[in-house]
Amino acid sequence: MSNRLVAISGLRKRFGDNEVLRGIDLEIGEGEVVCLIGPSGSGKSTLLRCVNLLEPPTAGTVHAAGHDMTHPDVDLDAARRDIGMVFQHFNLFSHLSILDNIAIAQRRVLGRPKAEAEAEARRLLDQVGIEGKERAKPAQLSGGQQQRVAIARALAMGPALMLFDEPTSALDPELVGEVLAVMKGLAADGMTMLVVTHEMAFAREVADRVVFLDGGVIVEQGPPSRMLTEPKTERAQSFLHRVLHPVD
Amino acid sequence: MAAAQRGGMTVRQRRRLSRAVQYAVAIAVVLAVALLADWGRIADSFLRLDTAADMFPDVWVAFGNTIAYTILAFIFGMIVGVVIALMRVSGFGPYRWFAAVYVEIFRGLPALLVLFLVGFAVPQAFPGITWPGGVYGQVAIGLGLTSSAYVAESVRAGIQAVPRGQVEAARSLGMSHTRTMLSVVLPQALRIVIPPLTNELVMLTKDSSLVYVLGVTASTVELTKFARSELTSSANATPLLVGGLLYLLVTVPLSALARRLENKGDHR
Repeated sequence: MSNRLVAISGLRKRFGDNEVLRGIDLEIGEGEVVCLIGPSGSGKSTLLRCVNLLEPPTAGTVHAAGHDMTHPDVDLDAARRDIGMVFQHFNLFSHLSILDNIAIAQRRVLGRPKAEAEAEARRLLDQVGIEGKERAKPAQLSGGQQQRVAIARALAMGPALMLFDEPTSALDPELVGEVLAVMKGLAADGMTMLVVTHEMAFAREVADRVVFLDGGVIVEQGPPSRMLTEPKTERAQSFLHRVLHPVD
Repeated sequence: MAAAQRGGMTVRQRRRLSRAVQYAVAIAVVLAVALLADWGRIADSFLRLDTAADMFPDVWVAFGNTIAYTILAFIFGMIVGVVIALMRVSGFGPYRWFAAVYVEIFRGLPALLVLFLVGFAVPQAFPGITWPGGVYGQVAIGLGLTSSAYVAESVRAGIQAVPRGQVEAARSLGMSHTRTMLSVVLPQALRIVIPPLTNELVMLTKDSSLVYVLGVTASTVELTKFARSELTSSANATPLLVGGLLYLLVTVPLSALARRLENKGDHR
């Protein structure tokens, strides 16, 4: 592992009496694509949200994209510019046009002039394959299109790391492919990615490493070729069997 | 079946009979009023065209003032109300407490009393102070203070109705709490609360009739006071009818607009 872009150590997260994360250690190298898999309630999304501190950890340390996220003096707003996030439900700004969704943070956070921000927004829309929708409102787009715009919005800040929180779980099945294709392109361009997903085919094809989470701990991890075919632990075996053969 | 046929009638028969009785009573009341009322006298009290004509063109000044008072108070109420709403959802305790107390006070006081306070009590207590804009300034503040409490509560509800994911998306892009509020939450919240704010504008239009207590002149008189003066000088009630119609000219379209915006909101 060359240059570490994420270093998580001893991470714990508790909601009231419910300890969702029970001591996570995870490192991600620059350019690496890591897929987080595991049953619902295993803490995958919480782990992801602890990386950019949308959820403040109860204990442990998080370093990400060159920022000491859990240090008391950290400038979280500055750190989050370097960490893009894509949500399950897209969360596009519903009052803004597609173009403004991608331009607003460039202008208000990075202070880019309007023309420059919009030119960058058009370039990114082209990259994610959205054409002729600049003036449309998010509600006028399909789920797959909205999620691709959401990816473009995150990329507009020039992040070093991208977090994906079940990016295709809210999509109709026929729209999943177009989003995964964009993510695949990003991975090919060398983006460092942490992806919570149920798309095992995507994990097999794109991930450098698959991490299996259950009960708030990392149970097993390894390259997808091995993890998805012959996991060592019984818990990972039974989870994968349920996911890959749901009707058995 | 036995239960449905109480008194030998089916449910449908009973419903039909009940409706027939209600129509009969309504027709009887209308007929009684039409036959017993002294129509000549009523027309003479309310519908004297010469008295109505006498009100013009001066009534337009009063009508214009009613609109002006309403809009000025609404603008003041909006500005203060939005600020109070932002304080109400602030992470800083003292802001929240101040906003909560402010809302309770101005929502709990009659608009007339607040108008008295602004118009008489404050100038008496602080002799150096004169409100900018004369009566217009006094009205903007006097009615606006009451209005701001309602605006603040509406906008707060709107802010809380903006989905959590919108805030998370903004913060994940590196927007500060304040920037998120201004660029993402507030624009959406204000859209959500346009219907209740339109209703507030209707309320203010009517509350502007309270302004007469400040002692208005011919140039600052509003519609109700004007109609009342005409009522006295002409010894006839026609001016009240004219004034009332002019209020409805404003409030009915506004209410219709509020209803339309509400329905539009449902379909989104």
